[in-house]
Amino acid sequence: MLQLKQVSLTFNEGTMDEKKALQNVNIELKSGEFLTVIGSNGAGKSTLMNVISGSVIPDTGNVYIDGKAVTPMQEYKRSRMIGRVFQDPMAGTAPSMTIEENLAMAWARDKKRSLKPGVSKKRKTLFREHLAALNLGLEDRLSAKVGLLSGGERQALSLLMATFTEPNILMLDEHTAALDPSRAELITNITGDVVEKFQLTTLMVTHNMQQALDLGTRLIMMDKGQIILDVAGKEKQELTIEKLLNEFQRIRGEQLTNDKAVLG
Amino acid sequence: MMVAFFGAIETGIIYALMALGVYLSFRVLDFPDLTVDGSFVTGAAVSAMFIVNGQPPLAATILGMAAGFLAGCITGLLHTKGKINPLLSGILMMIALYSINLRIMGGQSNVPLLNESTLFTSITGLWNGFGISQPVNQFLSTIGITNPSIIIFALILTLVVKFLTDYFLKTEIGLALRATGDNKRMIRSLSANTDGLIILGIGLSNALVALSGALVAQHGGFADAGMGIGMIIIGLASVIIGEALFGTKSIARITLAVIGGAVIYRIVVSLALRVDFLETGDMKLITAVIVIGALITPKVLESRREKRRRLRKKAELSEAAAAEEGRNQNAST
Ligand SMILES: Nc1ncnc2c1ncn2[C@@H]1O[C@H](COP(=O)(O)OP(=O)(O)O)[C@@H](O)[C@H]1O
Ligand SMILES: [Mg+2]
Repeated sequence: MLQLKQVSLTFNEGTMDEKKALQNVNIELKSGEFLTVIGSNGAGKSTLMNVISGSVIPDTGNVYIDGKAVTPMQEYKRSRMIGRVFQDPMAGTAPSMTIEENLAMAWARDKKRSLKPGVSKKRKTLFREHLAALNLGLEDRLSAKVGLLSGGERQALSLLMATFTEPNILMLDEHTAALDPSRAELITNITGDVVEKFQLTTLMVTHNMQQALDLGTRLIMMDKGQIILDVAGKEKQELTIEKLLNEFQRIRGEQLTNDKAVLG
Repeated sequence: MMVAFFGAIETGIIYALMALGVYLSFRVLDFPDLTVDGSFVTGAAVSAMFIVNGQPPLAATILGMAAGFLAGCITGLLHTKGKINPLLSGILMMIALYSINLRIMGGQSNVPLLNESTLFTSITGLWNGFGISQPVNQFLSTIGITNPSIIIFALILTLVVKFLTDYFLKTEIGLALRATGDNKRMIRSLSANTDGLIILGIGLSNALVALSGALVAQHGGFADAGMGIGMIIIGLASVIIGEALFGTKSIARITLAVIGGAVIYRIVVSLALRVDFLETGDMKLITAVIVIGALITPKVLESRREKRRRLRKKAELSEAAAAEEGRNQNAST
């Protein structure tokens, strides 16, 4: 489904601020796999997402979706196949437009946009059904401006917008990090539900190790632009925070400190 | 007096098309496009030249509009593909258009249309062909409307453009266009080509501006190289006045507000020009003062309202405290 082959990217090459954000990264994700990505600040997690979405072009290497190389393809074309939720709740929705209009724009993601009305009666019914599944009462506020919603509500809406067209790939980049703990938990639960419901191939970056353990079928840990740990299946099920910390120490010979990652 | 009043309304309705174009760029796309000063003249020049050369006025008007669309698209291209900032892209295009407009007008800075058949003379002719036109004209001229067919035609055309704009902004493409002005990153992640949408949007905006220019030329009886100077400020004034007076609840409301703003702007200007010490040359100064007023007044009103609200809150609190005190004293006695 998704393949990264020898992807490398260096920012500001040859200057004082040179940053090897990705170093020869190889990943192969099967259809329906749910990958959680952890790693300290600056490990290259967001860059990995950006390389897949096309907002950043790698120096070398290629990204394949369904066996097709997408590296030269522009971001907006790629996003037909990719649903994304950003860390910033403001980033994923248009605040001056209504809930139904935002959903209509997301609904058009994998289709050709036309001169037909974006919000039709039929679509309203569909949107209402999907919103009702979130259990936030948003189905009664279809014509409310999104700017009036709370951060958690916006993030739930973004999540729905990213998933309900069943994209080939779903990418979540610390999408609960800006929320208070109870809202974060709510969004985490909704995430598990929608990924399950639509059987999406998913990459989720998280700062929160517990979340990385609770969700997903596979886990990778990144450090300094490299994948240093990759566990799946039963082994992933049996992981604990303590085991992860020990693994990091064994591989890197240094301790993963609290300020580098949130433990639980 | 009434003649001047209805004259102002008539001009306002024609300029409202230009204001709708400015609304599309400044508000919907959040793109401060200054092409307007040039593309307004482009619309006027192209239609005037076709008319002078014997083409039907309707076709001439549509071609003027198309030329404006093209000019806008180039501004959009300068910004999206040339990576030039929006203000500068517009200014560059405006400057370039000044020369281009002179070329279009065959090197003259003024093309008179006085004895040509224009959209307005055709409409008037059509109307006067009806049997009832004479008595109606006579009646209306007593209240100050000298040529009813023109004002009605302008109103219908502007309303048609308004409804088309409202419809367009709710289509799938229209929604993506609005989101481009609201949150580019988001709509790009929803597979919209934001560069293409900006080019399209600025093109449509300038098409409306050019349409307005074409009509103003045919209404006034000439196209002039300098007729676009300060047009952007007039457009902005209309948008700002309209939004402040009529609100921004929905798209349909805003487009109506913009038309209302354009008409009110004209009325204010025509009233100002009646003041003895002001003359036609002061127009631009009057415009600037109106815009400054329209920008500052809502803020002043808002802060006044805030202050009053705070004072009221304070009064309520001290009243409650006094009442509490009174109760305590009663309890102790
Ligand atoms: N656009 C950019 N320009 C320069 N450096 C960047 C840019 N984006 C990211 N970096 C650097 O690349 C490294 C990886 O960043 P990022 O992928 O955002 O890390 P993470 O998401 O894991 O915290 C960091 O050192 C960061 O400073
Ligand atoms: Mg990051």
